[in-house]
Amino acid sequence: MANTPDYHWPPMEARKVIGKSPKRLDGPMKSTGRAKYSSDLKLKDMLFGVYLTCPHAHARVTAIDTGAAEKIAGVKAVHVLAPAGTEIQWQGYEVAAVAATTEEIAREATHLIKVEYEAMPHLVREDDLAKAGARAKQGGEKLQGDPDKAFQEAEAVSEGQYGIPVVTHCCLEPHGQIIQWQGDEVNAWPSTQFVPGYGGALGQSLKVPATNIKVKMDYVGGGFGSKFGPDAWAVVAATLSQKAGGRPVKLYLDRATEQTIAGNRPSAFAKIKLGGKKDGTVTAWQSDSWGTGGFGPTGGPSQPYVYVNIPNIRAVHTNVSVNAGSQRAWRAPGNQQASYLTCSALDDFANKIGMDPIEVFKINAQYAPEARVETYRYQLDKAAELAEWKKLWHPRGQAGAGPVKRGLGVAFGAWGGAGHASQCRAIINPDGSVHIEIDTQDLGTGTRTIITQVAAESLGLPMGQIKLSIGDSSLPPDNASGGSTTVGGVSTSTRKATLNALAKLFEVAAPALGAQPEELEAVDSHIRVKNSPNKSLTWQAACRKLGSTQISEMGANVPANANAEGLNTGGAAGVQIADVNVDTETGIVSINRYTAVQDCGMIINPRLAESQIYGAIIMGISTALYEERIMDEQTGHVLNPDMEFYKLAGIADIGDIHVHLDIRPENDKRGVIGLGEPPAIPICAAVGNAVANAIGVRVPRIPMTPDHVLAALEGRNA
Amino acid sequence: MQSFEYANPNTVQEAVALLSPRWGQADILAGGTDLISLMKEYLHTPKRVVNIKNLEELEGIRKTGAGLRIGALVTMEELARNADVRSGYQSLADAAAGIPSPQIRHMGTAGGDLCQRPRCWYYRQGFGLLAMKDGKSLVPGGENKYHAIFGGGPAYFVSASSLGPALVALGARVKLVSAKGPREVPAAKFFVAPKDDASREIALRPDEILTEIIVPAAVVKSATYEVRQKAALDWPLATASVVLTMKGNAVASAKVVLGHVAATPWEAADAEQALAGKTITPATAEAAGKAAVSGAQPLSQNAYKVKLAAVAVKRALLEAVKTSKA
Repeated sequence: MANTPDYHWPPMEARKVIGKSPKRLDGPMKSTGRAKYSSDLKLKDMLFGVYLTCPHAHARVTAIDTGAAEKIAGVKAVHVLAPAGTEIQWQGYEVAAVAATTEEIAREATHLIKVEYEAMPHLVREDDLAKAGARAKQGGEKLQGDPDKAFQEAEAVSEGQYGIPVVTHCCLEPHGQIIQWQGDEVNAWPSTQFVPGYGGALGQSLKVPATNIKVKMDYVGGGFGSKFGPDAWAVVAATLSQKAGGRPVKLYLDRATEQTIAGNRPSAFAKIKLGGKKDGTVTAWQSDSWGTGGFGPTGGPSQPYVYVNIPNIRAVHTNVSVNAGSQRAWRAPGNQQASYLTCSALDDFANKIGMDPIEVFKINAQYAPEARVETYRYQLDKAAELAEWKKLWHPRGQAGAGPVKRGLGVAFGAWGGAGHASQCRAIINPDGSVHIEIDTQDLGTGTRTIITQVAAESLGLPMGQIKLSIGDSSLPPDNASGGSTTVGGVSTSTRKATLNALAKLFEVAAPALGAQPEELEAVDSHIRVKNSPNKSLTWQAACRKLGSTQISEMGANVPANANAEGLNTGGAAGVQIADVNVDTETGIVSINRYTAVQDCGMIINPRLAESQIYGAIIMGISTALYEERIMDEQTGHVLNPDMEFYKLAGIADIGDIHVHLDIRPENDKRGVIGLGEPPAIPICAAVGNAVANAIGVRVPRIPMTPDHVLAALEGRNA
Repeated sequence: MQSFEYANPNTVQEAVALLSPRWGQADILAGGTDLISLMKEYLHTPKRVVNIKNLEELEGIRKTGAGLRIGALVTMEELARNADVRSGYQSLADAAAGIPSPQIRHMGTAGGDLCQRPRCWYYRQGFGLLAMKDGKSLVPGGENKYHAIFGGGPAYFVSASSLGPALVALGARVKLVSAKGPREVPAAKFFVAPKDDASREIALRPDEILTEIIVPAAVVKSATYEVRQKAALDWPLATASVVLTMKGNAVASAKVVLGHVAATPWEAADAEQALAGKTITPATAEAAGKAAVSGAQPLSQNAYKVKLAAVAVKRALLEAVKTSKA
């Protein structure tokens, strides 16, 4: 190639497709039900796999007999996962699996498997640390400055206790996959956030070369961090398929198993003490936190959150190992808990010294990482303005007469979101058609749409002329959709692949235009000479000059080079304000208005970006008001592994959401930043603070359910 | 779910002949909003499922001189929208309309609402209707925030019926038909608190079909108020259904029935006495609410429901006197 193309994003004013809001390309497919998720697929000769799971939270299998199950007509394979002697550490653990010609037969067969257990003592709850005994393991102490001295010298000290429970991901499409293992070849149709990594990892488990594994997925019905590599159930489905002579096996978790073993967000409880000056400056922090992520070690939320440069800090976290399914990443892992604990404590400090929390948050923004200090101050002001804070806020508990009290609360979040490693192939055909190939996945975030927008912008074509293929392991690999890294990765690799392909087209078209390739540009479906728009060829005419040879060019995002290239970066800040009503007679909290100000870098599609924020806030409001995994110490069971008593918000429960994308030129020039996770962080904190503002007392437990709210109002323990 | 025989009778006579004198043999399918879940969870494993959706005689709402006759197959949506129900039986319309899931309102039937099984999570996880373990209920020492605050056990689940409190307050009866013929049972006696795991929480016998609900005509003010945390699909935390017979502005007699606080709809006699002769004001309504819960026996995690039940009574009373459709 004569010259490396200039990959930089076009200046704001020159963009024709980027920065516009075309509707998501797969919207009609999804809304009409034509989009087929892997769990919708019905393959020829497909068998249904069903698990038998353990009813005990801690037990040893002493005997297992699958004889009766194997005799049922329609049962094609039975696979024991927990043979006699296996020690099981949580309810829902997979003991055996059956593949049969129908799901009903498979399920009936699991009921005929006889398992004998020796029940063993369990601990399933962590909220009362005093009862955790040896299951509690204190981690190292984080120490900064001299907190003891700072507390002695503090003009004011506030103390509070806070708790945020284990919640589950509730993916509407449960975990699972269809797998066919026939001879040396494996075909997989998973539900995953990581199509390009799935085959390699599955191959390692099955001892099959990755080259023999084909993976295909068009749509995924929610992952939120819980669906990366092939899970144990992928290996089980493959094993059942092999045992059944190579018939494809569909093994999806039922709802109860999904909620019990397919991941959850760790809990966090804490006693936090803040010391500081009466002008609002915090000088000392002490936190003793604990929580659980299931059986085994789990890190705690980093405290203090964002305001990491508070001069005097003592922070200790204790992990409690419980007999329950293990945690998995949950949309900005660790950050909701961290934001909730820190922002609640800051709000209580503001109340203690009788100051407006917006002011206290602003003063202490000095403790945020240096590059973000001004961003937070700007966002706190902007969010306050949009939420009408000055008009509506009142000191805690002064919400007026009447049983329904209104209150406002503020909180913040921070995230990375730089693009992951990504490869893309752009193909320009002699007939003018364009094909973009990239093995990524669209989690529902709009990845298809933004890749197409980037390609169309770069090639000067309408979006309708771009054909896109994703979700297929034969394509150039993108990466896992985790950490809000996809948009930065795919937009960069697509930008580079399309410009590389275009440079080749320029080489072919240049002689006909009497110009050098680097003098050409692609605008409005024409290849033309810069500054001489009359010298042009239509896109079709230019492509015809390719003869019979297509152009096929790669482009890559290499994270180590991304800063220098300037196409994507990380580091997003956000401030959110909840405006709630609390019915003090029933303890029911409702959202009036929820305001989000989000720092976001360059926005490819404002509608989709806002949708990400709406979705994050809807999910967050659901956790703030309703969601909690309820464990029963007597039986060791998850009592609400359903969508009835594991309560999820419906659309009528959400209130008005106001999103302000912080699209200032200084943010735009940073390039693309992922947005899936950052807006999901501050919601529990903002809602909790708003409730305290409304009713005058801190409700020490999320979710804000009537039992918790009324107990706080009446000075009882919930 | 376990394999079963599916029967599709066309008349009540045919249907009852397909039932069994013992529980567990045959189940009746109407809207299916509860039965299908029970079967999928292996809580019900009937050998035969008797579909009654073809029984035309179980459909429709008829207004007669003696009151309303509501067919067992009437959906909750029909009940909530029916003009006769709305004009004379506001509390019943409220109860049906309060079900927040459009799917359940459109599929779920009046008969099914009365016959649905409790939602107690111990029962739904296979620990039995009374959640007994080693001769003791798991509920008092367990997770009981949604459980009963009245009755004192051994049944600590709460009646799941949305219509039950309103029907008891209105003095309704239910018609139950077996091969031997029909019988009528007052709604107040239809719901029973079982004493053991083998019993049922309703008076229906295994060989009977609930065919009709009969609500007496009365010139009354009525309302049902449900305390429900979510606007979307959710169960009430407490319900109060009130029926007031007025003499001028004063209450001549009152019926106050609580829901979702006991194994049956719970008649709050203390509240009824507190209201006699009073005009309904915020103060008298609040006093009646307090009286309604005076005998409550909350468990370790559900003291808040005592307050919610009292508030539900207060709000239902104020709502009832706001409506003047009777």
